Amino acid sequence: MKYNGNILLNQEIAPNIFKMIIQCAPVAQNAKVGQFVNVYTKDKALLLPRPISLCQFTNDTITLLYTVVGTGTKEFSTYTTADTIKISKTLGKGFAPQNVKTHVIVGGGIGIAPLLALAEELSAQNTNIIAVLGYKDHQYLVDEFKSICNEVYVSTDKATSGFTGNVVDLIKMKHISGDYFYACGPKPMLKALSTHCTQKNIPVQVSMEERMGCGYGACVGCNCKVNNKNQKVCKDGPVFLGSEVNWQ
Amino acid sequence: MDLSVKLGNITLKNPIMTASGTFSSKENSEFIDINQLGAVVTKGVSTAPWDGNPTPRIAETYGGMINAVGLQNDGVDTYIENELAFLNQFDTIKIANIAGRTIDEYCEVVQKLNNSSVDMMEINISCPNVKCGGIGFGTDVALAGEVTAQVKKIAKKPIIVKLTPNVTDITEIAKAVEAAGADVISLINTLLGMKIDVHKKKCVVANRMGGLSGPAIKPVAIRMVYQVRRSVNIPIIGLGGIMNGEDVAEFILAGADAVAIGTATLIDPTAPIKIKNEFSQYMDLYNFKNISELKSSFIN
Repeated sequence: MKYNGNILLNQEIAPNIFKMIIQCAPVAQNAKVGQFVNVYTKDKALLLPRPISLCQFTNDTITLLYTVVGTGTKEFSTYTTADTIKISKTLGKGFAPQNVKTHVIVGGGIGIAPLLALAEELSAQNTNIIAVLGYKDHQYLVDEFKSICNEVYVSTDKATSGFTGNVVDLIKMKHISGDYFYACGPKPMLKALSTHCTQKNIPVQVSMEERMGCGYGACVGCNCKVNNKNQKVCKDGPVFLGSEVNWQ
Repeated sequence: MDLSVKLGNITLKNPIMTASGTFSSKENSEFIDINQLGAVVTKGVSTAPWDGNPTPRIAETYGGMINAVGLQNDGVDTYIENELAFLNQFDTIKIANIAGRTIDEYCEVVQKLNNSSVDMMEINISCPNVKCGGIGFGTDVALAGEVTAQVKKIAKKPIIVKLTPNVTDITEIAKAVEAAGADVISLINTLLGMKIDVHKKKCVVANRMGGLSGPAIKPVAIRMVYQVRRSVNIPIIGLGGIMNGEDVAEFILAGADAVAIGTATLIDPTAPIKIKNEFSQYMDLYNFKNISELKSSFIN
């Protein structure tokens, strides 16, 4: 089932990083933090939908952040507000926000995007939210996180500003801690953070990234071992407990 | 209009089936009414659980996709308990796709499914993504005949043999499995392919090679169905890149008795039903009252 969305905004917010706001009430109404939608290209030779995480959502809009990496996302980047876009319903099991005093949100690269919706939801709880954001070089969404989080730390791989290095090193150096961690980003980052959290005995939910086929659990393309069992990242995840993922 | 078709002594209410590996009963039932399908072919199932290949397992190519899932499945016992039990509530023909590394393994799964509710079994001798078994049987005339004969000896349900296109002459394999007693032939499985990421300078799928499917391979599938139709007398299930109702008509004109929808379902889970409706419209357009009329309209 595909839904037609109206594009309200499609803007490059950092080199090759685009923010797209899509108006589509039937999809937005069922959105949960950490879920994704399948986005379809107009070019029919590009068969597979692109799974993109929800960065934010309202009752009738969803906001997606995407990196232009190939022909499909290049096509998306050319859309204007005159275009419509075909998307699926929201898919996957997202983050499960916990009731604790201090939440730590850790994002790497484009994986930062779905954590904004999580931070927004957690901010309604009136608790402490610490965000640790890692970028290759150019930064985005930092102001949005600053407006809702109690503390925001930034690291970059290329010494553009703030801490130079990865987020896990930053967490260790600054002794950033809390009652519960949530993370999204490249696999090596998630693995390192899970190891760190397990050592400190702090639970962490990680949103895994894997190359998907269908996005709804039919093709078993995006397999991931969790608790020694095969799990579908798209359907059983993308969010799993870091301590239960069998990291390779 | 009568869309029903016969595969041996099994009647399908319409010629639209799912293709193995592209359909998970529970997941897909969230999107479509399974009762509307002619038949459901489930994912390859083996004696014991198989872990499949490392990820990434999927790559998109122009007009197609490559997969190297490697027949990951939970084994036949779990299949009977879970997926088959779930499928029993639907009024459709249930077909189990069977994977094995050896003839004994194929036979063991057949034995276990003999007393289950599956209506037919499809022997997968064509998966390009596993090291032993699979395609090893499908590319050798003698072995293809041998596995078919052994399975037929013990099977209490009609046997479909699924053929690989990765051979020089598919009609030789088709004739061998027909002679060995196959009730139905399905073709084609995926074409062995590869994709290299020129920026990372490495293969996109971890297995390096994988099975190419989707509309990119449809002309190959049509040609092979056409050739096999003229080589054997048993029914043929045609598949390979069907995206719409006209594609279904094309396969039937080439000689297929029924068709299976694969990659299209991964792109859009509602595809099998959409395609069925489009095919009905095509039949209406030319006033065909049944599938035989369409089939016999082909001008060779």
